[in-house]
Amino acid sequence: MRDFARLYNELDATTATLGKLDALKRYFSHAQPANAAWAVYFLAGGKPRQTVSTKFLRQFSTEMSGIPEWLFDECYQAVGDLAETIAHILPPPSHEINISLANWMEERIIPLRNETPEKTREALFSYWNELETQERFVLIKLISGAFRVGVSKLLVVRALSELTGLDVKIIAQRMMGWTDSALQPSAERYKLLTAAQSEFEHANKGGQPYPFFLAHPLQANPQADPQMLGDIRQWLVEWKYDGIRAQLVQRGGQSWLWSRGEDLITDRFPEVSGISLPDGTVLDGEILVWKNDGPASFAELQKRIGRKTVSSRILNEFPAVFIAFDLLEQGGHDIRHLVQSERRKRLEDVVLNINAPGLILSPLIETPDWHMLGIMRDSSRSRAVEGMMLKSVSAQYGIGRTRESGIWWKWKIDPYTVDAVLVYAQKGHGRRASLYTDYTFAVWDSGLQGERKLVPFAKAYSGLTDREIAQVDAVIRRTTVEKFGPVRSVTPTMVFEIGFEGIARSARHRAGVAVRFPRMLRIRDDKKVDEADTLETLKLMLPDPSQKAVDPSA
Amino acid sequence: MADLVVARKEGLFCVPGQFYIDPWQPVERAVITHAHADHARPGHAHYLAALPGAAILKLRLGDINLDTLAYCERLSHNGVTISLHPAGHVLGSAQVRLEYKGEVWVVSGDYKLEPDGTCDAFETVPCDTFITESTFGLPIYRWQPASAIFKDISEWWRRNAEQGRPSVLFCYAFGKAQRILSGIDSTIGPIICHGAAETLNRIYRKGGISLPATLSVSDVNHKSGFREALVIAPPSAAGSPWMRRFGEHSDAFASGWMLLRGARRRRGVDRGFVLSDHADWPGLMRAITATGAQRVIVTHGHVDVMVRWLQENSLNASAFETEYGTDEEDNTAANEAIAFKESHA
Repeated sequence: MRDFARLYNELDATTATLGKLDALKRYFSHAQPANAAWAVYFLAGGKPRQTVSTKFLRQFSTEMSGIPEWLFDECYQAVGDLAETIAHILPPPSHEINISLANWMEERIIPLRNETPEKTREALFSYWNELETQERFVLIKLISGAFRVGVSKLLVVRALSELTGLDVKIIAQRMMGWTDSALQPSAERYKLLTAAQSEFEHANKGGQPYPFFLAHPLQANPQADPQMLGDIRQWLVEWKYDGIRAQLVQRGGQSWLWSRGEDLITDRFPEVSGISLPDGTVLDGEILVWKNDGPASFAELQKRIGRKTVSSRILNEFPAVFIAFDLLEQGGHDIRHLVQSERRKRLEDVVLNINAPGLILSPLIETPDWHMLGIMRDSSRSRAVEGMMLKSVSAQYGIGRTRESGIWWKWKIDPYTVDAVLVYAQKGHGRRASLYTDYTFAVWDSGLQGERKLVPFAKAYSGLTDREIAQVDAVIRRTTVEKFGPVRSVTPTMVFEIGFEGIARSARHRAGVAVRFPRMLRIRDDKKVDEADTLETLKLMLPDPSQKAVDPSA
Repeated sequence: MADLVVARKEGLFCVPGQFYIDPWQPVERAVITHAHADHARPGHAHYLAALPGAAILKLRLGDINLDTLAYCERLSHNGVTISLHPAGHVLGSAQVRLEYKGEVWVVSGDYKLEPDGTCDAFETVPCDTFITESTFGLPIYRWQPASAIFKDISEWWRRNAEQGRPSVLFCYAFGKAQRILSGIDSTIGPIICHGAAETLNRIYRKGGISLPATLSVSDVNHKSGFREALVIAPPSAAGSPWMRRFGEHSDAFASGWMLLRGARRRRGVDRGFVLSDHADWPGLMRAITATGAQRVIVTHGHVDVMVRWLQENSLNASAFETEYGTDEEDNTAANEAIAFKESHA
């Protein structure tokens, strides 16, 4: 545990990729397989279920510290992280022990799940009493299922690859599904992960998906105006759907459906996992709720995402489909090395031979030139898609957001924008703790007597630089009207341009609308509060309910 | 009896004595607890401060009309007996003891309980009313002994020196820099100080404080001379052209705020060393208890929290609103402006 806490500390302290890589290699070169297995699990984003509720963690730690609850809250607000707050308020340990990470997990942390509150309290008091602050912090993160550190899974893969001399692709492939909660990390699994490559490699795949290939944003790259991409015939163009990226795996008479987060979602979308594919087939695509021959809003898909079991009523009301856009395995053979155009041809053959209503081939968009394509892209919103995907015809299917094996571009439509007024602010968490970084924005509306009033419609916390945050934070402190717990209301003085991806009617929001992915595009110093937009402007952006979404495949 | 000290718009005011303590607006008479910019402001007609801090006050405020008192020496003014007692914060820092008609009030200024070699150690001054700072007035703030931190800093430096890269340690030029110099293992390599810190080093040395030998960047002829060096620089030097000469280096920041992960990450340095010149939560509580004061008035920091906590622990506690920096970071801007002036003087 001490080594793992030290690793966490090193990863957390540095922003340099090479520094992180070194720290990972140092750790894995010394770690026992059983501990390394758990380390891979957590570093790759594994989130075990919380074993002690937040309520009990708070209660027991305040009891052990002998401080009242209000003082705990004050501390929490200053720190901005529950585990860190607890680690600091506890009295110093009376003695220190060093138990391995695997022992902590298997003998001490996981068993807490089924303990009575009294036993849990007793156990936590004794655990806390034998760890120093940094180890306590990591322990509480593990207990609360909130462990997170700034490394990508790909970096863990790279570290293991450099340590073992195995190819990155092999490790990445073996690590797929590693964080699925159904399988507990073990020394045996870690040994398999890092074992020399065997000729039976592909036979052991089970239901494993392939690492997802991710697209680069086109707008973020000034060199990559579509006009600069050369001959349009060298690109496969498709719509970019706003659903759940997923792989549908069919092997040995069984099917698995994996989300991009590598969660197994087979049971959540039975109409998709029930599509009968030839054995040894893996499709990459997007899950959508499909209505009136077109994609329904993301809000409707959300009604499906959270449900582990689905009733027939839900199935009827929010039917899901799988839009297939790539073929990764055929006849049991990994075909990711084939070029995009070839995989597409084979994909078409596979899909056209299956008559399943839930399986749709992602249509290609063909235009003679980039200009025409741009015009098509402008129709994205009415088609309920997010823009376009441009895939090089010669691209292999890579791993993660890489471009060595060919490139995919996502060419999204510009967000909706509105100028809104900052009315509430709350302190951020982690790096932004103790700074006001989470804001609520309002637009103008007319009250009953026709007077203008501000109606909150969105919360946003991203899009500003650290310098801008510092400026806004200072204004918030200066213009505070009232404090309600961690939230402050301010005299409206600041206007921001807010961008968002979608808008829908909502009875749960005071403004009567809900926006998707709101973020700050810039501070509008040039605008006075009176000049901010109105709720009416916002409502004009609502999709016209009388017009059904245009089928993007049409 | 009426209160001996009240908060006025100019600053804390001793009513019978007719003078101010660390006022933030220009006044006739000011008693100054220490020379940090938020406590020692320019523009007062008469200054009174502790003798060991005189040179620094003059450096920062120029040719002021300054009287000094040795620690514990007594002075009577308008019937109020004034004496200054070590606060353990920086060189020359003092608590102000005021006695009038048998009643004793103490204004703490900024203070730290753990003794260090660069200034006189904090002295408990029994009193009826204690006016205390509260910069780190939350129970999350609990310092390790400074010796442990100096060991960490030395190890970090040693490891960098072995790899041939300079170690740049950002810290406040007045107080923290000298404390670090006196605490670290100075045998690892050369120590280079930014002008802002070096100006104060000279005053500390003149005051009889022993500090290891330091160089300025101009003493180093070639870039390779920095490779094993520890560089002490004020936070304002970060990202400035002055830093370019060090090439690829490791950086760190030493401050009590480095206790929290969020603050460390915001600072964006390789390492954060938790080293403060203020009392931590247990220290504040110990100091308050030791004075035996029945009444406590809390200033700058986590005022509301401390007041409520003390009230719940059966003390008569209240607050004064002041314009001292509520944290070290607030002081930084003002202090750095001064540091800049000093280094370019």
